[in-house]
Amino acid sequence: MKPAPFTLHRPATLAQATALLHDLADEDARLIAGGQSLAPMMAFRLARPGHLIDLNGVGELAHLCESGGMIEIGALIRHVDIARRAIPGVTGALLRAVLPHIAHHPIRTRGTFCGSLAHADPASEWCLTAATLDATLVAHSASGRREIAARDYFEGAMATALRADEVLSSVRLPQLPEGARFAFHEFSRRSGDFAIAAALVIFELRDGLIAQARIGIGGAEDRPRRISEAEAVLNGRKPSPELFVEAGAAVAAALCPMEDISTSAAYRRELAATLTERALEEAAR
Amino acid sequence: MTETRQPIIGQSLTRLEDPPLVRGKGRFVADVSFPHQLHMRVVRSPLAHGRLLGIRIKAALALKGVHAIWTAQDIADIGPIDFREGKIEKLEPYRQPVLAQDYVRYVGEPVAVVFAEDAYVAEDAADLVELDIEELPVIVEADAPPGVFAPGLSTEAAIVTQGFGDVEGAFASAHAIISLDLQMGRHSGVPLETRGAIGLYDSARDVLELHGAAKVPHKNRESLARMLGRTTTTLHLFEYHVGGGFGIRGEIYPEDILVLVAALRLERPVKWIEDRREHLMCANQSRQQRHLISAAVDAQGRLLAIRNEFYHDQGAYPRTHALRIAETTCGILPGPYHLGAYSATGYYRLTNKTPCATYRAPGRYETNFVRERLLDAIAERLGMSRVDVRRINLIKKEEMPYARPLSVLEDDVSYDSGDYEGLLDQSLKAMDWDALQESLKARRAKGEIVGAGFALFIEKSGLGPTDGAHVNVDTDGVVEVLTGGASVGQGFETVVGQVCADILGADYRKVRVVHGRTERIEFGIGAHASRATVMTANAVAVAAAKVRAKALDMAAELMQAQPGDLDIANGLVFRRDAPHGPSMKLGAVASALRPMAKTRGAREPGLSADGWFESEHQVYPYGNQFAVVKIDPATGAIAIERYLIAYDIGKAINPMLVRGQILGGFAQGLGGAIYEEFLYDERGEPLSVSFADYLMPTLSETPDVEVLLTEDAPSPRNPLGIKGAGESGIAPVGAAIASAVEDALQCTGLVRQLPLTPQRVKAMLKELQSRRGLPA
Ligand SMILES: Cc1cc2nc3c(=O)[nH]c(=O)nc-3n(C[C@H](O)[C@H](O)[C@H](O)COP(=O)(O)OP(=O)(O)OC[C@H]3O[C@@H](n4cnc5c(N)ncnc54)[C@H](O)[C@@H]3O)c2cc1C
Repeated sequence: MKPAPFTLHRPATLAQATALLHDLADEDARLIAGGQSLAPMMAFRLARPGHLIDLNGVGELAHLCESGGMIEIGALIRHVDIARRAIPGVTGALLRAVLPHIAHHPIRTRGTFCGSLAHADPASEWCLTAATLDATLVAHSASGRREIAARDYFEGAMATALRADEVLSSVRLPQLPEGARFAFHEFSRRSGDFAIAAALVIFELRDGLIAQARIGIGGAEDRPRRISEAEAVLNGRKPSPELFVEAGAAVAAALCPMEDISTSAAYRRELAATLTERALEEAAR
Repeated sequence: MTETRQPIIGQSLTRLEDPPLVRGKGRFVADVSFPHQLHMRVVRSPLAHGRLLGIRIKAALALKGVHAIWTAQDIADIGPIDFREGKIEKLEPYRQPVLAQDYVRYVGEPVAVVFAEDAYVAEDAADLVELDIEELPVIVEADAPPGVFAPGLSTEAAIVTQGFGDVEGAFASAHAIISLDLQMGRHSGVPLETRGAIGLYDSARDVLELHGAAKVPHKNRESLARMLGRTTTTLHLFEYHVGGGFGIRGEIYPEDILVLVAALRLERPVKWIEDRREHLMCANQSRQQRHLISAAVDAQGRLLAIRNEFYHDQGAYPRTHALRIAETTCGILPGPYHLGAYSATGYYRLTNKTPCATYRAPGRYETNFVRERLLDAIAERLGMSRVDVRRINLIKKEEMPYARPLSVLEDDVSYDSGDYEGLLDQSLKAMDWDALQESLKARRAKGEIVGAGFALFIEKSGLGPTDGAHVNVDTDGVVEVLTGGASVGQGFETVVGQVCADILGADYRKVRVVHGRTERIEFGIGAHASRATVMTANAVAVAAAKVRAKALDMAAELMQAQPGDLDIANGLVFRRDAPHGPSMKLGAVASALRPMAKTRGAREPGLSADGWFESEHQVYPYGNQFAVVKIDPATGAIAIERYLIAYDIGKAINPMLVRGQILGGFAQGLGGAIYEEFLYDERGEPLSVSFADYLMPTLSETPDVEVLLTEDAPSPRNPLGIKGAGESGIAPVGAAIASAVEDALQCTGLVRQLPLTPQRVKAMLKELQSRRGLPA
């Protein structure tokens, strides 16, 4: 569990980082941010980058700000910063509610929000958050800047629309309207483990009826996504336990879950339905 | 100054060994280095079964910093790994070669080995070694039909049997027969510190040293000397701090032999530190058994006979213990109950998985689960309460000592003392059992899935037959206790120090306990099978008493008193009738006994003595554990609402340490009950090789545990009355949680397998619904 040899680069600016990515394109260069996913993979020699480009010296990526109804999270914002920096509004509260489910404290002090999105583990809480909120991902490369919508970003387990020469410089999340309700529920066998399934629900109540429902499911399929069938069940209707069961059933019906030796697709599907129901109940309270 | 003798035995004193550990000054094997050392990396089989056709090492050897690469041919003169207790004819051909020869039989089996200037280069080179292996079909289940281990050898390496009485007759005349098919998952001890070994050869003195020993240094010295063709006098083992043993550390593995042979031949120190992946793939695993068990009972629920047939999954090779777990499984299964007749048959089978051996409470975690499931099933069948079915079968206090024609660890089973029913009553009271039943019933009526369960158990500990110790007081009054024991973190130094200080009258803080060093003491039993306190502490007591007598004799002359008028406390000799009067330090007494001291007279020099303790049989502590659980029907997750462990230790030298042992053991037991499982796919590929896949309970998963520690039944088999504590926390956890889960589900016979993963619990809920004719 000692990594294979590599060369370490420490750029000081985003431009230097993208230039390095460009120049080393043929030599298997990888960015490293918090190292909480990459370092274990290197220790197992599942990843053997020839070059590591360390983003930690790129000060311009340590920004976290709100403007134009969007919260922008830079590539050096660590998981713990989400709680330490007072992110305003409902979206801020939502991020703080999700945060404690991610790993363990020491990991949260190093791992980054953008690193989670770049890594794109199917069970990543931040990936689910980005998918459910329809985040915009900002990528930089030597040839320029582009924005990617969350729905186009996730391509599968640990596969994204990000190109090998791009830095995910920030993620922009919409500020939810005052009064929007949300809840996050996940199930993992132990606290701090990646979830077997997770549900993030958001909705507004207008005249006692559900509006703008967002149901996001993570961990169950190879990538997180909104389940429009379940959202359709909710919109325009009065919250009730029966309705939430119905929405859960719609989630179950829409999902095509992953399967592995210790977790069956059926179990994941039922779990996703239950977590959706529970999250809806909590959000409605 | 007033001197009085306060008891030290029985006090919860803080641990002697902690100061360096809590200051970050501990020294574990990875902290140890020698000048010019080489680093060793093992090349392991990527396939679970195959014919080894060739190994190409050229590219690896060319890497800068690589010193040597060996395959089986390079150590053709070294035989396979021996059994600890010597030759076992029938199993000889199944022993694991140090490096695979013609076949590989599990993923992770050592095939070649690299020696390099640093650990990184060694791993780079190991990656470059190319293996040519022809894949062969695998056997991954011990209950599948046996296959071929090697030409002419079946994978069923042995069948173990024990029993007594007329089993057939009992079954023929039984009021009822209850049968279960139960499986235990594969899990093991996963110490914080992985294994490590450093070989060192001193050619000037012709002494070979193995640094990083644990558990049984002296026994291993004998085995290693035998295997390497050396005398024990020129082979020494050294133990450092050990970050957890649990039975699996300190056994002889291929790597221990490799570092020694390499140190000899390369004439440089050779260091190997296991990484976590290797640990989860190559260190001994344990527990995996399937039991087909039947009980014949009379109308009152009395056990007339038990038939216990089981498949023992040994993994690819027998390890140093050979058949021990299977034998223990046979001998200990009846537990605390009367039993008219019994037959046990264990199929000891080799599979293409990591080899297995003892893990804390070997044979007991498994059998407690099986036996206690059986008792719950009998209760249900006969419409009795789970408590009553146990009461009617329990061996009574008056029947002690209670012998059975069975054996455990080649020792005839004979329970020394105990009041099993008395302790059960204490626990029922502590749990407020009847009220608890009512409240659980009320909660179930409201739709909650809650229940309580329990398990009774007997432990065995203090395997003899003999252990010795040497106690010496130096001229500064520091007491050195030389033992052949070992410390795996359990508090060995503290316990031995307390016994020595108590009996000798020394200052506990001035006792230094030596262990795990074969060059200091010729014999030793190490630390396993909860025996160190029973055997070593009793030997220390004998030696300490002799030193005390010698000190009193010398001091009496110097203080112009009779030895009987004197006492010793806190390292001071004083007159009983004048505790404020003149006193003498033990160091001064030791000075008076120096070889050249005139005061010594005709006495033998030195304030020191040897002590030996012999025991005829093991001792049998006992206990019970109670669990209250709640199941989430949607996720299948089990929450433990309450947990009680009652245990009779005979006599606790240090109750705090006993509690520590119990709680630590419990956490591991919880792992086996709910979380931990080494999984393999159908090709024998291990799937649980990181902590992301092998789930050990953390603090968040471990509930508070109430401990009811009693000393109702001291052992009559040793003067201190002690019984072991090491395995009591873990042994019946699977059994108790399974019982509680079935109570929550209000149905017995659903739990057939441990661990109770959420998915398995969910499947049980579904089965229950279909049994009750409800829609799923
Ligand atoms: C024990 C443990 C438990 C964990 N549990 C959870 C959990 O429950 N939920 C969860 O979501 N995560 C969990 N994690 C992962 C953790 O959250 C990581 O921090 C996160 O996945 C990756 O962030 P990082 O900054 O550490 O990325 P790194 O490890 O540095 O990099 C990960 C990958 O992303 C790439 N990358 C990083 N930053 C960028 C960027 N700005 N642009 C482009 N590519 C980039 C790297 O090249 C690499 O491929 C756990 C980790 C551990 C060790």
